[in-house]
Amino acid sequence: MKFHRIHALITRHLFLYKRSLPRLMEIFYWPFLDLVVWGFITVYLMKFQGQLPGVVTFFLGALILWDVLFRAQQGITISFLEEIWSRNLMNLFASPLKPSEFLAATMALSVFKVAMVSCVMVAAAYFFYSYNVFMIGLSLVPFVLNLIITGWIIGVLTTSLIMRFGQEAEVLAWGMVFLFQPISCVFYPIEILPKWLQAIAWANPATHVFEGMRGVLSGGSLPVAHLGWATGLNLLYLATIIGVFHWTFNICKEKGLLVRVGE
Amino acid sequence: MLPIVQVQGLTKKFGDFTAVDGVSFEIKQGEILGLLGPNGAGKTTTFQMLLGLVTPTAGSIRMFGKDLAMHREEILSQVNFSSTYISMPYSLTAEENLWVAAKLYGLSDIARRIDEVVKKLEMEEFRHKLTRKLSSGQMTRLTLAKAILTEPKILFLDEPTASLDPDIAHKIRALLKDVRRSAGLSILYTSHNMREMEEMSDRIIFLQKGKVVAQGTAQEITERFGQRDLEDVFLKLARES
Repeated sequence: MKFHRIHALITRHLFLYKRSLPRLMEIFYWPFLDLVVWGFITVYLMKFQGQLPGVVTFFLGALILWDVLFRAQQGITISFLEEIWSRNLMNLFASPLKPSEFLAATMALSVFKVAMVSCVMVAAAYFFYSYNVFMIGLSLVPFVLNLIITGWIIGVLTTSLIMRFGQEAEVLAWGMVFLFQPISCVFYPIEILPKWLQAIAWANPATHVFEGMRGVLSGGSLPVAHLGWATGLNLLYLATIIGVFHWTFNICKEKGLLVRVGE
Repeated sequence: MLPIVQVQGLTKKFGDFTAVDGVSFEIKQGEILGLLGPNGAGKTTTFQMLLGLVTPTAGSIRMFGKDLAMHREEILSQVNFSSTYISMPYSLTAEENLWVAAKLYGLSDIARRIDEVVKKLEMEEFRHKLTRKLSSGQMTRLTLAKAILTEPKILFLDEPTASLDPDIAHKIRALLKDVRRSAGLSILYTSHNMREMEEMSDRIIFLQKGKVVAQGTAQEITERFGQRDLEDVFLKLARES
């Protein structure tokens, strides 16, 4: 891997943010709006604090952490779509750039996006609802890292599908992540799910993170088992999905799809 | 001297359709090879295979004596291309796009190199303009600038002057000849402008239905087909197909 090529691609995308309002909205407007709407729902639910103890911390914490996963996925998929929209894939892949360097750059961009969005959401939650996400404590760091990796996995999967199936699959960039939301147990504990779905949910690294988060917020200690499972599953899926991306890339080159994607 | 590009039995099939069928050719250092043929002859697919964007079904591509499939990164860092049919990111300025390309190819002293290319291609007036606001002629110059910026040893040019006015097109041809002379650049060139092909190419290969049907100098080809010029040869072959 050559850092200068990864740097080139990161800078190419950062140039976009200098002068694009829609792209800035993606970082500042939508996450802020999400937080405001959910914040008011939470304020309303606080009236039933007796029946729903800790509702504010659960909901707002879950919302902020879910957005970490969502933006990490978007960071990868939207970067790929930007190349399709600007008909730039040919320039990139006819250069010495390797597919692995392309992925590394999109992953770095997704970390940038997550950092920006998280700052907005954490600050807004604090100022509007006096909610301090750092009350989760030290486990917040491994939670966030795991959710970023889960976001990458879904992002690379979506990108592979768009590369293989073209424009028709573009809608997955926004929809795919929500396929995983019900089995991520973001806003409810896993026991709510039917037994057969629980088995599937446990195979999802995000479920371990959100279960762990609820454990910590209920006064529990660092959820080592949940973090171990989340990390193990994430590493396994990440290695697999990177393999799938390279495999798809080669199929697209064989079928001549790489030069036609987006048409 | 070893040819800088060696293509042997290059074939590409998409299902039952054969886009390129056993094409072989060589390009020597400092040579301009014209690739000619009607639409659908296999020129673009050949280009895409030479750039590593499409995997050949059969045959081999060697550049600098090395196999493209095995030494992709090393080879492509010394190759560049320009095509009327590609674009560059619209939301970046012309100069930003050149900066990204320079970085991608690992160029040092980027600012100086961009200044040189901007001057050579008379791009001063639009170097800070957003790419989406460029005219088609300016866009063509930008993609050409990207192609020569990285000081490649091989250049693939797909109709590089198609959307340029005659004055700029003439200057671009002069520039390419100059770069070829000074840097020993090898060029594979396509155009539908037959006069341009005659002017630019040392040799021409004529593709039809994915196969090489003629090759040689422009004069050799016109004589072989008993025609007045390359345009008549093109019309004869295209209408026969």
